[in-house]
Amino acid sequence: MTAPATHSAAPAARRLPLPAFVDGTLLTLIAAAVILWFAPSGMGRYGTYVLSLWLVMSVAVMGLNLTLGYAGLKSLAQAAFMGIGAYATALLTSKVGLNWYASFAISGLLTFAVGLVLGFPALRVKAHYLAFVTLAFSTLIWLVLRNEQWLTGGVFGLSNIPRPSFFGLKLDGALPFHRFVVVVTFLLAVVLWWMIRSPWGRAFTALRENPIRAASLGIDTRMYTLLAFAIGSAYAGFAGALYAPLVEFIDPSPFSLSQSFFLLLMVVAGGAGYLLGPFIGALLGVVLPEWLRFAGSLYLIIFAAIVMLLLIACPQGMSGLLERGWAKLTGKKEGAR
Amino acid sequence: MAEFLAYLIAGIATGAIYALAAIGFTLVWQTSQTINFAQGEFVMLPAVLVLLAIKLFGAPIWLGALIGIAAFILIFGVGFKLTIVDPMIRHGVLPLAIATMALSIIMKEGAKDGFSAEAQKFPSFVPTETISVFGAAISLQHVAIIAVAFGVIGLLQWFVGGTRLGRQMQATAQNPTVARILGIPVERMVLLTFVINAALAVVASVLISPIYLAKFSNGEVIGLFAFIAAIVGGFNQVRGALVGGLIVGIVDSMAAAYISTSYRLAVPLVLLVVIILVKPEGLMGRKEERRV
Repeated sequence: MTAPATHSAAPAARRLPLPAFVDGTLLTLIAAAVILWFAPSGMGRYGTYVLSLWLVMSVAVMGLNLTLGYAGLKSLAQAAFMGIGAYATALLTSKVGLNWYASFAISGLLTFAVGLVLGFPALRVKAHYLAFVTLAFSTLIWLVLRNEQWLTGGVFGLSNIPRPSFFGLKLDGALPFHRFVVVVTFLLAVVLWWMIRSPWGRAFTALRENPIRAASLGIDTRMYTLLAFAIGSAYAGFAGALYAPLVEFIDPSPFSLSQSFFLLLMVVAGGAGYLLGPFIGALLGVVLPEWLRFAGSLYLIIFAAIVMLLLIACPQGMSGLLERGWAKLTGKKEGAR
Repeated sequence: MAEFLAYLIAGIATGAIYALAAIGFTLVWQTSQTINFAQGEFVMLPAVLVLLAIKLFGAPIWLGALIGIAAFILIFGVGFKLTIVDPMIRHGVLPLAIATMALSIIMKEGAKDGFSAEAQKFPSFVPTETISVFGAAISLQHVAIIAVAFGVIGLLQWFVGGTRLGRQMQATAQNPTVARILGIPVERMVLLTFVINAALAVVASVLISPIYLAKFSNGEVIGLFAFIAAIVGGFNQVRGALVGGLIVGIVDSMAAAYISTSYRLAVPLVLLVVIILVKPEGLMGRKEERRV
């Protein structure tokens, strides 16, 4: 968690003979992946599990960050999309016997397609209609997960979800699976990093900053927002595909509407529109409550209150705060995003 | 037929509750661009506060009700506007909407931890009996809900359209800049809509809680249906929110009776999607012109 913003690492790139496309964000991602690969040594099964859970939730928050932070859309169904991915993966691997990689791809494609179908009518009208459509969808998915016992096991959920193997290497233990999660998360983060830097990604950052100007420059705003939402949803599907084998038992409760709200708060807490923001947000939302066990369910209230204060004081979240601090340290003027 | 009548009355009663929540939601949205995702929790909390006041101070019901309602309007009418909406609206609509989601979590978890995780009985102001009309068993509570809710909505319509203060509020909602030029105290009018929103939530809460019982999670469904009602009716109309609320209430009641109890929630959701596809400005709404 060194350089939170892309431009703050520009001097480093000048000092080292690195290819031009390397920036601070990518270096941070690589460093973090290496650290996390070795981090769990001596942390025990539970500590390793919490670290893996952090990364899995980060993937879902990353997707929502694309939707909210870059495209400026409110999606209230990220947890529901995660549920679709988790149940699809669980059913495909345990009941159908498909391998995890195919299930992972199917989970992503499925949530991408559902995102398109859901986003199309909503975005046809107005951006904030998406919030209500996803709100309704979230409730609907929860109903299906709870009521369709023959498929989802209802409130009893699905158990005995197998963990994947890697070229014949079994990943059943906590540590090997954690390393697998690290690799997958790293790859997904790099793909997102690449997407946002591409002309395509820049187009929809323009969209967030000034939709009318973006439209006047010939950007098909509806198309871009729709795709951003669908890709964001696909990331939730990927997160679900990792979540199912991680916890090995799923029931409807972690995919409820309040969980979707919670994911949104994580995006904002970490810093909407910052690529590394989701990791900070998920750290605050997932890992911290594990350490602050004594606070119990009060933690949710504390977390929500922190997010509210952040929104008043610094709407850019923790990443924004870090950026401000970094700017103070280096004596630079606070840069506009 | 008798059965149908009973379901219809029940649907209109719950619809009236959704309408109360949806009208408050629409008012606040119109005057301050606040999309209040905590609207359901606004309806859940007054009943909890009333019970809490009775429990904490050992007060009789009427005093507890007074304390609970006054506290709610002060905190979630005036306080909500001054401490959350005012400092955040300058950052835009999006952070404010997310702040209301945070607020909804705080209200829900607060009610769960500070009051009770179980549903609690809430005193009813009318006898819990049924009367027979054309052979249909009609609950007196439903009749009372319909009477009170429509009375309150009628009063509100009169206030908005028939009084000087109400018309000033309407002008603020329609065009704050012009309203300010005309010498209308815009800030005070916006605050007034927040107080009205809180008051409507109180009415809805007191009416529905004897039936649904006071529980921290009540707001989820009420909030969802209030949003749907506001959109189905037309986002920029008080009348629309009323019609939307009634439609959603009746559809919900009929769906529970004739389609499937486990999927009763799904039918209004389908209604929402159909409206967005066919008539996105809502049944009573006017098309908004796009301004650059």
